[in-house]
Amino acid sequence: MSIFALILLFAGLGILLGYAAIRFKVEGDPIVDQIDAVLPQTQCGQCNFPGCRPYAQAIANGEADINQCPPGGEAGIAALADLLGVEAKPLNEENGVEEATLVAVIDEEVCIGCKLCIQACPVDAILGAPKHMHTVIESECTGCDLCLPPCPVECITMEPIAKTLGLWQWDKPDVPQQRKAS
Amino acid sequence: MRLWRFNGGLPSLAEHKNESVHLPIEIAPVPAQLIYPLRQHIGNAATPLVEVGDKVLRGQKIADAQGLISAPIHAGSSGTVTSLADHLIPHPSGFSAPSITIETDGLDNEASHTPCADFRQLSVSELVSIIREAGIVGLGGAAFPTAIKLDNQSKSRHIDTLILNGAECEPYISCDDRLLKERADRVLDGIEVLLHMLGAKRAILAIEDNVPDTFASIQAAVNKNGNANITGVQIPTIYPTGGEKQLIKTLTGKEVPSGGIPADIGIVSINVGTVYAVQQAVIEGKPLTSRIVTVTGEGVKTPRNLEVRIGTPINTLVDMCDGYTPFADRLIMGGPMMGFALLNDEIPMVKATNCILVASKHEAITEKQAMPCIRCGLCASACPATLLPQQLYWFSKSDQLEKAEKLNLFDCIECGCCDVVCPSHIPLVQHFRYAKSALKVQNHEKHLSDVARERFEAREVRIARNKAERAERSRKKKAALKSKPAKEEIEAAITRSKERKQRSTEGEN
Repeated sequence: MSIFALILLFAGLGILLGYAAIRFKVEGDPIVDQIDAVLPQTQCGQCNFPGCRPYAQAIANGEADINQCPPGGEAGIAALADLLGVEAKPLNEENGVEEATLVAVIDEEVCIGCKLCIQACPVDAILGAPKHMHTVIESECTGCDLCLPPCPVECITMEPIAKTLGLWQWDKPDVPQQRKAS
Repeated sequence: MRLWRFNGGLPSLAEHKNESVHLPIEIAPVPAQLIYPLRQHIGNAATPLVEVGDKVLRGQKIADAQGLISAPIHAGSSGTVTSLADHLIPHPSGFSAPSITIETDGLDNEASHTPCADFRQLSVSELVSIIREAGIVGLGGAAFPTAIKLDNQSKSRHIDTLILNGAECEPYISCDDRLLKERADRVLDGIEVLLHMLGAKRAILAIEDNVPDTFASIQAAVNKNGNANITGVQIPTIYPTGGEKQLIKTLTGKEVPSGGIPADIGIVSINVGTVYAVQQAVIEGKPLTSRIVTVTGEGVKTPRNLEVRIGTPINTLVDMCDGYTPFADRLIMGGPMMGFALLNDEIPMVKATNCILVASKHEAITEKQAMPCIRCGLCASACPATLLPQQLYWFSKSDQLEKAEKLNLFDCIECGCCDVVCPSHIPLVQHFRYAKSALKVQNHEKHLSDVARERFEAREVRIARNKAERAERSRKKKAALKSKPAKEEIEAAITRSKERKQRSTEGEN
């Protein structure tokens, strides 16, 4: 009798769990989304993957290390380590070095309108038509450098972003040192 | 009238008003050069309407508002525009920004203006546009465009109380006090305009109780005016009672919600200097081209209040006060608590400039050696915004900015009470300013990366779709070829070309 009751109970719970698994199914891979949210979205490919999301996927699959993203830098690695519960490590120098974000500027006098940079831009931040000069939409440019190699006339340069009052930062004050007990 | 008490504050902060308050307001002469930074207010920078070489008159609009949250700028005297270039601006960053420079001609010719006999004949939207066109912004220091505060009809909010802020709580500053002593009648006229615009039931003009003679002058003006809805109130002198939220709490017992504005609780609060500017604009028809500035501190020979044309370089103001004394050490715009240091005295004063403090060594907040926090909690009891400065300090210093934000970092008004009471001399406000600005930058970067992600994903989708379409087209072509016997097609082509050849040979013959 008691065996019967247990079988019935477990069958009931099993059906409930099975239903819950279908009803509350999580779409996509939440961990990939979380990793992707931490990555800087430069889409530069310095990590050896064709964009930030593929890199996030690779980290989630255990195929890539967390220290391959130069634009994210030390802060990005720390955030990834925090998210994934692993030790932070220094940036892998093979992938590049952390630098201030720049913005691509096309010398419109020199541009021949070949469209190669438009095809290279991962975020569609370059505007232009065949045989007409192209230009970079500054606010959309992530500074990934990918438009530089394809340009046949080398008319693209990376320039520092102009400082604006709205994004000016106060200096961080020096933190008082703990006095050593003498 | 019943008064309430806000949390903390500094009841016994040295006031230093006596230095500058006794001399009457003197009208400063026209300087050789007037410099107008295009961003003198919160919001978008104004767009220039003049070009180099243009002649301008006093009161002529030289830059127009751009977008809703912005304000136009008017020339302070007649002269010639000599440059539209970057100039050092009064900002803690020490940045230069686009500015209009006018070489004055000394004639001070004025553009025509039409006084208004009876403002009650004008509709509220007409009055709003007069105030907007006059370039009026909050003259208490925040420089928020006033017209937006007063444009109440479009927002269908019910405003029942108008608060006129004459509580000049910051040490050394006395420009609002002098204004109320000398021109209370015109301030009262301005209050009537505002009451008419807002449809508020009552107006409360609040000043601190350390200036009884000013209160007498206000009472006289109120009695003369005879509007029963306007009352003058004296409130206890506790720094920072002139802060908008602190003043509202003191007068009404209500608290402005975190992240909200006074209008959310049916209150509009306006500085008395701004009210004077509103009176000048609406009744006299004059745009905002000058304001009253306190020039004070041990660093100037004769501290006093001046009515100055906006755009006047600071060295001209110091000259008006008989120059620097040997004690002059630091130039501060604003008061000693909330002001910021300026790089040099060629920087122009702007609409928000209420005080130039030429501080001696001991007047400026000296940089004492900061010691470790001992968790005494004095900062929390002094904080008029009821924050936890000590917790905010831990999170700011260790760059855990999101945690600081959760503890309402953005409600900090940077009044400096916590700095003053801290026994370890920790520059707390400096930490909070850093954390606020760093958070803004962080949020901006987050926004940029979200945009980049969206664009990247859209591009991926487009590339995949194009690829699929191409594959589909070539598949269709192949299928079409297969469905017709290829041989027939080839033969048909051969006959066609033969016919063509024949025709062409016939033609030659």
